Amino acid sequence: MEQIQTFIQLLPQQLVNGITLGATYALIALGYTMVYGIIQLINFAHGEVYMIGAFIGLLMVVYFKVNFFLAIICAILVCVPLAILIERVAYRPLRGSTRLAPLISALGVSLFLQTLMTLIMGPNAQGFPQIVKDTIYTVGTVKFSLVQVVILLVSSVLMVTLHMIVKFTKVGKAMRATSESYETANLMGININRIISFTFALGAALAGAGGVLVGMYFNSIHPMMGVIVGLKCFCAAVLGGIGSIPGAMIGGVFLGVAEVMGVAIGFGTYRDAIAFALLILVLLLKPTGIMGKPIQRKV
Amino acid sequence: MESIIGFFNDPYINQVLTLTGVYLITALGLHLITGITGQFSFGHAGFMSIGAYTAALLSLHLETPFIINVLMGGLAAGLAGMLLGFPSLRLTGDYLGITTLGFAEIVRIVFINLDITGGARGLAGIPRDTNLTIVLLLAVLSIICMYRIHDSRFGRALTAIREDELAAEAMGINTLLYKVKAFAIGTFFAGVGGGLYAHLIQYLNPADFGVSRSFELLNFVVLGGLGSVPGTILGTTVLTLAPEFLRFVKEYRMLIYSALMVTMMIFRPHGLLGGVNFRKLYLDLVHRRLAQLAKTKDVGGKQQ
Repeated sequence: MEQIQTFIQLLPQQLVNGITLGATYALIALGYTMVYGIIQLINFAHGEVYMIGAFIGLLMVVYFKVNFFLAIICAILVCVPLAILIERVAYRPLRGSTRLAPLISALGVSLFLQTLMTLIMGPNAQGFPQIVKDTIYTVGTVKFSLVQVVILLVSSVLMVTLHMIVKFTKVGKAMRATSESYETANLMGININRIISFTFALGAALAGAGGVLVGMYFNSIHPMMGVIVGLKCFCAAVLGGIGSIPGAMIGGVFLGVAEVMGVAIGFGTYRDAIAFALLILVLLLKPTGIMGKPIQRKV
Repeated sequence: MESIIGFFNDPYINQVLTLTGVYLITALGLHLITGITGQFSFGHAGFMSIGAYTAALLSLHLETPFIINVLMGGLAAGLAGMLLGFPSLRLTGDYLGITTLGFAEIVRIVFINLDITGGARGLAGIPRDTNLTIVLLLAVLSIICMYRIHDSRFGRALTAIREDELAAEAMGINTLLYKVKAFAIGTFFAGVGGGLYAHLIQYLNPADFGVSRSFELLNFVVLGGLGSVPGTILGTTVLTLAPEFLRFVKEYRMLIYSALMVTMMIFRPHGLLGGVNFRKLYLDLVHRRLAQLAKTKDVGGKQQ
């Protein structure tokens, strides 16, 4: 009984922590969902783009003593060309091939980047210096740390920007058209290759920013950090309904909250399993995810 | 002859070859699921670990004979595959893949948290009962099994599902049932492979059966040539031996390995032996020879 009482007392606090974690998940999940929506590929290298973003942030902060805002910009500036390069080298030659070929290629790229970063940075976890003051704001019973406020602000700004780009700009319209049908989009004068590159760039920008934010939040980054987070964020994208941008945001936040709650009620050792268990449950109940459109089977 | 026996008796070579055989048996299971039935499974290592732990625990606690333990490991994995298959094989493509991956991760985390499996410290002291002879025998048996399945009515139904699920259903194939059967058989092989692995390495750790191992197994099947038994054999052999041959490049080993993965896919998207039909090649050769023979006879006839 007492346990339940403390749990309820801590609920608003857990919710805040969960949403903060979920916001970072959502940033990465967006990259998965956009790429999947446009070329139907699970971009396994996306988790590694996020990891590299975190390391670029670390390097900038440690060697150039920049503030977090500049660190995020630099991470984005490195991740965007990297993702475009990955798409150009490893995925574009395989477009129109079997489903598994680009998948294996993506796994290869992911393994390559992991090994490369392990060689350059060493296999151990690296401390991320505290670049945001650890001020704590109290609202009622809920405590916000400044890092949490920064994460929530930056990720909301990024997500709103993304939404604007996809919904209201010409290139966003082209993205949506391309995800509907290559051929028709092509006939309308859309350069498919450029739109796909642009999609990868957008996803990578969010992942790079997410990497720096997570580094700031957990104060520790390592070359393998992209593997499990990448898989979890893909789960988040599927939970929300793959291909749907609001779905990925909802899925990410939902996953973050569920994970924090799960740990709070004593499933700490099963932390990484929560995402997958949720995924299996949701897929069995609603196979297209929360916001997904029903799949049509055509003859 | 003596040198050949010496070659196989070398502990290092023996170990590498036995391991290749173990992986081959596991990969053949995945070949049935992904190559023949066309269902994605990104969690094959999870089933391998179920088989490995079942067999190892039987060996350690009940001390039943080795072969029975391995078979029980296979059955446990097959049962798990069936239980997962019924609800999840309604999903298609990547959704199924990610569900199996999630399942394997859950299995791994459960094994870390259980007491009987030794948790994250791992399970040590498993007797070394696996040897090259047994593994080769079982591998050959598995290969024969695969060919028999492929040529059976059951196997043709599976191929029909791979080619077009809707059309297969229209032909009266109960697709869900067939997919679950294929999944159960495939995971059974994974479990047998796992049991053999446990008694070869003598130590089990949940970390050995993570996502990377699942994807490694998928590589075996895809890089050799999806849907082809010789392809799976080639893929498994090359990819198990490649890291051994690449030892001289030391820390750049995985870098080269992963770069090879990407280049291989770009230049042979269907795998090394993908689209190569050995029976057709052989028949073509025979036909050509026959045609040649007939031609020379004709020419000879005219001259007379």
